[in-house]
Amino acid sequence: MTLMKNLLGAAAAVAVTAGAALADPAVIFDLGGKFDKSFNEAAYNGAKRWADETGGKYLEIELQSEAQREQALRRFAEAGASPIVTTGFAMADPVANVSADYPDTKFVNIDGFLPEIPSNVQMIAFEEHQGSYLVGVLAAMASKSGTVGFIGGMDVPLIRHFACGYAQGALATNPGIKIVANMTGNTPTAWNDPVRGGELAKAQIAQGADVVYAAAGGTGIGVLQATADADGVLSIGVDSNQNHLHPGKVLTSMLKRVDVAVYEAMKAGGDLETGIQVRLGLAEEGVGYALDDNNASLVSGDMEAAAEDAKAKIIAGDIDVVAYYTNDSCPVLDF
Amino acid sequence: MDFLTIIQILDSALRMATPLLLACLAGLISERSGIFDIGLEGKILVSAFFSAAVASLTGSVWLGLLAGVTVSVVFSLVHGMASITFRGNQLISGVALNFLASGLTVLVGETWFGLGGRTPTLEGAERFNPITLPFADALRDVPILGPIYSTLLSGHTLLVYVALLLVPTVWYVLYRTRFGLRMRAVGENPAAVDTAGISVIRLRYTAMVIAGVLCGLAGIYLATGLSSGFGKEMSAGRGFIALAALIFAKWKPVPALGATLLFGLLQAIAIRYPKIDLGFITLPSQFMEALPYILTVIILAGFIGKAIPPKAGGQPYVKER
Repeated sequence: MTLMKNLLGAAAAVAVTAGAALADPAVIFDLGGKFDKSFNEAAYNGAKRWADETGGKYLEIELQSEAQREQALRRFAEAGASPIVTTGFAMADPVANVSADYPDTKFVNIDGFLPEIPSNVQMIAFEEHQGSYLVGVLAAMASKSGTVGFIGGMDVPLIRHFACGYAQGALATNPGIKIVANMTGNTPTAWNDPVRGGELAKAQIAQGADVVYAAAGGTGIGVLQATADADGVLSIGVDSNQNHLHPGKVLTSMLKRVDVAVYEAMKAGGDLETGIQVRLGLAEEGVGYALDDNNASLVSGDMEAAAEDAKAKIIAGDIDVVAYYTNDSCPVLDF
Repeated sequence: MDFLTIIQILDSALRMATPLLLACLAGLISERSGIFDIGLEGKILVSAFFSAAVASLTGSVWLGLLAGVTVSVVFSLVHGMASITFRGNQLISGVALNFLASGLTVLVGETWFGLGGRTPTLEGAERFNPITLPFADALRDVPILGPIYSTLLSGHTLLVYVALLLVPTVWYVLYRTRFGLRMRAVGENPAAVDTAGISVIRLRYTAMVIAGVLCGLAGIYLATGLSSGFGKEMSAGRGFIALAALIFAKWKPVPALGATLLFGLLQAIAIRYPKIDLGFITLPSQFMEALPYILTVIILAGFIGKAIPPKAGGQPYVKER
């Protein structure tokens, strides 16, 4: 009998540990791959930091096609993973669909928008227009030609949101500045076409742009390369700190602390607050601009002071950076 | 639109057309010898990857070039083996090679570099740098001809000039040499060539090797000339546009140059002007990008002349006994 009890106890212990092991978090990387040196890589860095600090394990998948979105979510939910962190606006609807079927699993989506947030989903939104405003200020001050460029990835409201904040920052600094804006394409391959990105950058440089801001995932690699190859032209990276890609040629990077968001979500684990939208702006250090050794010579004291000043004013509410989402149009830039 | 803008667009068109031209010439050689080559896309992709990878590992773009060409030729020979020796279906073999290339590049890239299928960024001697033609800077201020020479013609990488020189070379080989005559014949009527005592198999394999080299150059230009490193799926359908250009050019080398330049121009215009306002209608950039395919369909439908492929294309040659 005691033997039986022991066995049962052991079996129960195994079941408990198995249950705990199954509650590993999961991360779903969007098209573009986790090493895109940009958005997904930031998410990967956050997950890696969590794993390094806690010694925990997490499940992960890099999406290869649109059709895999719901499939991947369901597979992780079936495997008992929670929270399931998804990156990219395109995951919002699949998350909404799948979350209803797995009420005990918690889901996180970064960048997406849902009109009604299910009770087991946390949506994380970044105030990218605020961060873009700051790099717009820096771009306008660094530009000698009076023309700055913007190259977006796929033409979606999110990327227009970036462009709009950037244009507002540049125009606030230099009211006469000319802004050339291009989108790479209308399909998800636009996130991964460095050759086209490079050609777009060359076309903008030919139109006089001497600072080009790339918010285009893997396509941005080509933009940064083309600007680094040209004389006297600077680029601005996005999402991760991309200053190191071409030291002395990248003016700054618009940081979007996706890594922090992913890390916090994984750390919270089962205690994650859901049913809400979390907004991370300048005040929460969710967005910002990158300063390091690689661009120290490019950003003068005046420029830094101007950016810090704008940052303080945005946080205080003295400057209102208009979001593209407010009325689906940008007051200063026409697409 | 001023003169300088036109020059800049043409300059961009030349860059976009070069990989198409090289791949188109590869397809031309292959199809003229009677082997349909739908695997151009895959060959561009593998040669792009291996040239960038080897250039990055060894620090020399020339070794990268060698590696890219070698891998492309190997792919070409596999296609040749399937379609010449084993008399398999040439379309299926080509499609299989495309899939193989798509998976192999990312797999090997991830194993070697751990960058998600990307190669490290190539710098300095690891890539083909722009060549400034003699007197380009001095002639820059000459009206009209100055910008044409110094902006449009000068400042490209070596492979652009190689591609342009290959057009007359391929024409000469095809129409003015004994080998070219035999190759055209083997694509039209292999039995006649065989009767004359010439090996159909050897001719076709030779064509496959040449096509492999040319197609390899297209991939190498993408990875080490046009951009600086490999990114997954970076060929982005160029192999298929090259096939469209080949049909558009009716399997002839000089029209191939025209077709690829036209397709390159359409891409360059779409890049420079995302929306084209014609007054009564605004054309989106997608229209410009779809235009090569639309034009090809129109050609195939026989509205602008007739595009007749080599007669023996796609059929494995079986020697009568």
